[in-house]
Amino acid sequence: MITLKEAMSKSKEELAEIRDELFKKAKESGLNAYIGFETHGEGVPILIKDNIQVHGWSITGGSNILQGYIAPYNATVIENMLKNGFAPAGRANMDEFAMGSTTETSFYGPTLNPHDTSRVPGGSSGGSAAAVAGGEAIAALGSDTGGSIRQPAAYCGVVGFKPTYGRVSRFGLAAYASSLDQIGPITQNVEDAAILYDAIKGHDSKDSTSYEFENEPIYGNIDADRKLTIAVIDNYIEVASEDVKKAHDEAIKALEEAGHTIIHKNMSNTKYDIATYYIVATAEAATNLARYDGVRYGRRCENPKNLEDLYFRSRSEGFGEEVKRRILLGNFVLSSGYYDAYYLKAQKVRHLIRDEFKKIFAEADLILSPVAPSVAPKLGELQDPLEMYKSDMYTIAINLAGLPAISLPINKNSDGMPVGLQLIADAFEEKKLFDGASSLERAVAYSK
Amino acid sequence: MFETVIGLEVHVQLNTKSKIFCSCPTSFAEHQNKNTCPTCLGLPGALPVLNKEAVKKAMSFGYAVNATINKRSIFNRKSYFYPDSPKAYQISQFDIPIVENGELYIETPKHGTKRVGITRAHLEADAGKNIHDGAVSKVDLNRADTPLLEIVSEPDMRSSDEAVEYLKKLHSIVRYLDISDANMQEGSFRCDVNVSIRPKGSEEFGTRVEIKNINSFRFVKQAIEYEVERQIEAWEDGVYEDEVWQETRLFDVNKGITKSMRGKEDSADYRYFPDPDLRPVIVTDDMLEEAKHIPELPDEKVERYVNKLGIKRDDALVITAFKEMAYYFEDMIAGGAKAKTAVTWLTSELLGRLKKAGIDIQNSPIDATTLGKLTMRVDDGTISGKGGKEILDYMMENDARDIDTIIEELGLKQVSDDGAILAIIDEVLSANSDKVEEYKSGKDKLFGFFVGQVMKASKGSANPAKVNQLLKERLS
Repeated sequence: MITLKEAMSKSKEELAEIRDELFKKAKESGLNAYIGFETHGEGVPILIKDNIQVHGWSITGGSNILQGYIAPYNATVIENMLKNGFAPAGRANMDEFAMGSTTETSFYGPTLNPHDTSRVPGGSSGGSAAAVAGGEAIAALGSDTGGSIRQPAAYCGVVGFKPTYGRVSRFGLAAYASSLDQIGPITQNVEDAAILYDAIKGHDSKDSTSYEFENEPIYGNIDADRKLTIAVIDNYIEVASEDVKKAHDEAIKALEEAGHTIIHKNMSNTKYDIATYYIVATAEAATNLARYDGVRYGRRCENPKNLEDLYFRSRSEGFGEEVKRRILLGNFVLSSGYYDAYYLKAQKVRHLIRDEFKKIFAEADLILSPVAPSVAPKLGELQDPLEMYKSDMYTIAINLAGLPAISLPINKNSDGMPVGLQLIADAFEEKKLFDGASSLERAVAYSK
Repeated sequence: MFETVIGLEVHVQLNTKSKIFCSCPTSFAEHQNKNTCPTCLGLPGALPVLNKEAVKKAMSFGYAVNATINKRSIFNRKSYFYPDSPKAYQISQFDIPIVENGELYIETPKHGTKRVGITRAHLEADAGKNIHDGAVSKVDLNRADTPLLEIVSEPDMRSSDEAVEYLKKLHSIVRYLDISDANMQEGSFRCDVNVSIRPKGSEEFGTRVEIKNINSFRFVKQAIEYEVERQIEAWEDGVYEDEVWQETRLFDVNKGITKSMRGKEDSADYRYFPDPDLRPVIVTDDMLEEAKHIPELPDEKVERYVNKLGIKRDDALVITAFKEMAYYFEDMIAGGAKAKTAVTWLTSELLGRLKKAGIDIQNSPIDATTLGKLTMRVDDGTISGKGGKEILDYMMENDARDIDTIIEELGLKQVSDDGAILAIIDEVLSANSDKVEEYKSGKDKLFGFFVGQVMKASKGSANPAKVNQLLKERLS
């Protein structure tokens, strides 16, 4: 499989040919990583998660309620990509409105893990990760609200990067949780992630939460020989599966051998992260998804009797279980009488989580942490929503704190399933993060 | 034995060029849903970006009403489903508005100048419009995301007249500031009224009833008066608890009554929380400084007119009630007109004629400089007051605007030359020598007869003041 870096030196004709081959492979593989084969413009083909607006494409957020909706504009990341020689090609499957950890909540049915088709690829950017891992895409865009890029990357044995909140414009990303969402690349290696990140990042006047910063490229400036202090979180590892513990030990050993300093830290119980996340994210989601009401676009119920019936049935029929659950939860935590106990308290805890990271970054350059407690589960294994929420335990605090993190494959377990770990940096320390990630990638020498 | 307590909420549409959270124009659109974009349509992925002009206008209002301008304010999401609300939440300010603790002053017949507190003024996005067309309902989002400033008063008003005075004053202030067209019929100045009653002397407030969206000062008065009567009647009949509860009512213009909008059990929970798509609004010292550059407001104008120009307070109040009238008046003065003459000719002569013709002062066919010139010709005796009125009538019908030429053409120039007037006087006196005798023997009343004769002989062109003066001299 050609890397992104290699693809950049190809001619228009060669790229068109590569794209056709990728599409052909995707149609034949049965992974269900692609849910559409639209194209837009010319350049290196990049698979796009179904919640990023591409002009003229049907963009549905993996949902029934947006069937028939055609996006009339490009997301800023798409505009940026096009300017830099990359072209959106194909829509990637995802959990409905990015709510899920397995891609099983998609209206289009689950995506399968290319390493074992009885297993999930993770989620919510499962289509993006599975396609890159399965050789059906050179690289893909995903979105990460609570781990939705990093976790499927780890389950599929590819690289997934979530930038600092505000680095990449959210304009054109169908919002799940506005204060947590961030678009990022899913690629075959760390260098490719830097290339695609460089192409999409930058301040955007259309996104009030976008940061103004010097747009210096990461690619070309990565220093894999830089010696760093890397913190590991001991109480995180204690509750992980044996596979993850083993990968963690291996990674520490490799990092030490590469000349990095490892320090040991503890963080608060991740149960607080999970509670906080599922309050903040659902509160924002309940309002973000209120616009899908069957009035202006998307799917409307048949023959509504009156306005209330139109709202009620369009939304009841249009949303899946998990989305409904989170809308209900979000409306509950914002309700008068509960707001202080839930939403306001969650905001306070969010500050504490941020402070906890700050303390560690006062001593360490990076944090090494698991991405998920185990390897990719079997399809249908995470039936209990609470079990599924728990599988986000290592990733969501990073979104709550707005930090950059990169997930990369370390090894495979005895079943041949990849295990990934993530490196986390302080806000806006992407350069340092990529230095460390390149070093770790080189040190563990993961083989597909 | 009852006291009425009134508080008002006014939605002022700010006259920014573009909408509050996107760059769509706020101007009139030739068809429905023309002035829209992904943001104001609430499409997936679209984001709001705050229009700084709206913030500036809100700040200048804050400054004008002597309020606190919060250096940090927050936009919240207010959730409710309605087809004219494309995101199913309104972006509005809730616990931290941009403007707080202001005041304005109204004139009341009983208590003179009275202070009305302004609790807060906050920025928010307007909704679109639902259009019901038989069995089909349509949504027009041209108005969606137009900036609104919601101005909330303290419950300081005690009668429908005071409420109307407050509204007129507020209306005048936003027009002077040029932050809104404030056209009530077109909905750029919309008013919700909160009314309650309580026994006179009671400190506790009664149950507050809200009457929504009343679109004229007259209807505000009517709605309040009806509602107060309804509440008093309920109290006196002993059914106050049953019939008056905290609710929203609508004013039926045709029947002149207020009607319940929804049932008692239905109280909305808007689930406010800070909008994560927008950062807090931070007002810098420079912005605060800039907001202080506001035009002279009606209260200041009244003071200046009375103290510097020496006109009557009542006249000053009339002239400053509308900024167009004040500016017209000031243009007359700037052109050299005397203040007192300008007041008369503007408020009674010109306005009377405009009213008859159904024309606003801003569309007056006679501009301030021309009317000013006319008053100057009256003041210097070139023409009589009667002649001035004739010229005004003439200009209402004709395009000619050069006052001196019109005076010539209409032959209205007064004879003020002593010699010419004396010649006429002598002629009249000698033709009426018998009357002169009578006058001299004490019949004072005949003086008027001589004035009349002289005016008649001059064909009305003699300056009456001069005639009076010279006649007195001749007859003494």
